[in-house]
Amino acid sequence: MSAATDTSVASAALPMTKALNAGLRRAMLDDPKVLLMGEDIGPLGGVFRVTEGLIAEFGDKRVLDTPLAESGIIGTAIGLAMRGFRPVCEIQFDGFVFPGFDQITSQLARMRNRHEGGLIMPVVIRIPYGGHIGSVEHHQESPEAYFAHTPGLRVVSPSNPHDAYWMMQEAIQSDDPVIFFEPKSRYWPKGEVRFGESGTPLHASRVVRTGTDVTVVGHGAMVSVLLQAADLAAAEGISLEVIDLRSISPIDYGPILGSVQKTGRLVVTQEAPGFVSVGSEIAATVAERSFYTLEAPVLRVSGFDTPFPPAAVETHFLPSPDRVLEAVDRVLAY
Amino acid sequence: MSATRNDSTAPAFDVRTAAAPSSATAVFGLDGAETCVRMIAPNGVFEPNAAAEEYLPYLDRLTEADHRRFYRDMVVVRRFDTEAANLQRQGQLALWVPSHGQEAAQVGSAYATRPQDHVFPSYREHVVGMIRGLDVVDILRMLRGVTLGGWAPEEHGNFHLYTLVLAAQTLHATGYAMGMQLDGSTATGNPKTDQAVIVYYGDGASSQGDANEALVFAASYQTPQVFFLQNNHWAISVPVARQSRTPLYLRAGGFGMPGTQIDGNDVLASFAVTAKSMDDARAGHGPSLIEALTYRVGAHTTADDPTKYRDPDELAYWVARDPIVRFRSYLQSRGIEQQFLDSVDEEAADFAADTRRRALEVTGPEQSVMFDNVYAEPHPLVAEQKAWLARYEASFDEGKN
Repeated sequence: MSAATDTSVASAALPMTKALNAGLRRAMLDDPKVLLMGEDIGPLGGVFRVTEGLIAEFGDKRVLDTPLAESGIIGTAIGLAMRGFRPVCEIQFDGFVFPGFDQITSQLARMRNRHEGGLIMPVVIRIPYGGHIGSVEHHQESPEAYFAHTPGLRVVSPSNPHDAYWMMQEAIQSDDPVIFFEPKSRYWPKGEVRFGESGTPLHASRVVRTGTDVTVVGHGAMVSVLLQAADLAAAEGISLEVIDLRSISPIDYGPILGSVQKTGRLVVTQEAPGFVSVGSEIAATVAERSFYTLEAPVLRVSGFDTPFPPAAVETHFLPSPDRVLEAVDRVLAY
Repeated sequence: MSATRNDSTAPAFDVRTAAAPSSATAVFGLDGAETCVRMIAPNGVFEPNAAAEEYLPYLDRLTEADHRRFYRDMVVVRRFDTEAANLQRQGQLALWVPSHGQEAAQVGSAYATRPQDHVFPSYREHVVGMIRGLDVVDILRMLRGVTLGGWAPEEHGNFHLYTLVLAAQTLHATGYAMGMQLDGSTATGNPKTDQAVIVYYGDGASSQGDANEALVFAASYQTPQVFFLQNNHWAISVPVARQSRTPLYLRAGGFGMPGTQIDGNDVLASFAVTAKSMDDARAGHGPSLIEALTYRVGAHTTADDPTKYRDPDELAYWVARDPIVRFRSYLQSRGIEQQFLDSVDEEAADFAADTRRRALEVTGPEQSVMFDNVYAEPHPLVAEQKAWLARYEASFDEGKN
């Protein structure tokens, strides 16, 4: 078992798993009402080891290894939140959230509204999501649009370890339910986490690379794909401005509209299927609000409208830097 | 006892030999079941069966005043039930969910709770709410379409909101009971302050995954909790035999907790067994399940028509075991004065009239209510839409002045 990450230093290079672990630990130290629930999150530390060491430090009344039942995890977390706790639930893989879908969408999301504002529902649901890991069915999906479509939920996804550390703490502090999508293909690359700095607001989107020709937007693992695309484009003399969405619901349109003001061209990207997707929503909103600024239609680069394919062909399904650049070329052709 | 086809001393249901059930009571009839706790026979005579023996001491907690209160509440809620159904028929409620026939199961179990306990109802437990201090007009507010909830549980006897998705509340109740354990509010040895949860659900809901997951979690964490399953024999049009080929209380054993079947039309059995189960829960002995055999005499809701799917003989069988008639006979056998019984009828009529009057005074909320409580913290999209709707609606008034 690894020792807890030292967060008293100014910064450290950590993989996202360790940054999330440090964020969870910080939140548990700060508030005794924070508790973790999920399958295999105790002595094993979760199948991705995000909760490693926490049961040893906080005990089995703060870190609850639960029966193997997602609806049960979410439903009991709702009861615990009614009682004043702040449960953080781990769903083991993206495709396993659906047995808990009713409790999330019909109960958790609406509980405060049903109580006419008389209670808060500070529940965080962590969901490792997305492809690029070559796994089997139900282990590589991007179901964020289902949750973004549900009033009462907040939906976020960090793209890097620094954001993961801070956004986890902000999500736990939120009095609303937060669906926290963790891009599992970004779990292992290290990045600098600055412990001394306060985080960017949970629901702020952010320009992560400035550019002048085309704005490209994505969240989670797509951000690193967009940065690769921007490098390739730069070599061809095309300047991409890359925006990390960070929050999927609500969406912070300020940086997106500001960027489109400058570039006049927008490509939105996601691993999820594009039909009725987060990217569709951004495309529609930007068209409504920035019609006269746009020099080209907003294009989407998405997973195809098929079930996530067998891993052997996933690279053809997932938006690659080249597929992003193909769309960039198309918007530049107007 | 009236001669109906169910009055034979049917053998206990045996899943190994039973043929496919053709009707609910053919399998789950009360009269032959020695395992079913009963204090008062259908004719009102106090004759506890063998299964009731261990629960008899709990009846010592009841005073004459309690007996009167039990009777009063059952009569009042039945009259209220009729009034609410009338309100629906007159277009004043979107829907009504009758509790006719289930009064004893609900009144007995509700009186077995203590003030510090928490109650998670399904959506038919009107009298449980009343007993916990809820104004029934608050229930009607929801059914009148002016709120999705209706009351603040902590201000109304910890009686939580109705949950319309079947069995979803069983998990909330279990999580809540887990919270009682985690914050040390139960099993301290002080019965005056130790807390427990009772959750109501039904034979239909017992098939839901959530009900089963709740039983798994409750058993696993040994929550201070009672699962009170009202088997009213019908899930809208589907008989309980379609939900289960085994008596539902026997399922408890499979989850690793005690299960007890009671005559749900016997208010004393309901009180005594629930009192013991809640005592055990508060004392740290873990969860248990009570199956109350009762009957939905009315329709599922005012949108239902049970004449399309129910055998009139079956209805007659259960009407002959009416919980209020039974308890009245019992009280009469103990010498209750007719004046009291009459005064209860009067009170029930007054209660219904008062409820009707106040229900009709319930008016709708401001349209902005739809935006105000979706999130606890500011949300730009909702704020923007609220402002837009206000501007849009105000635009119709422009030029009128």
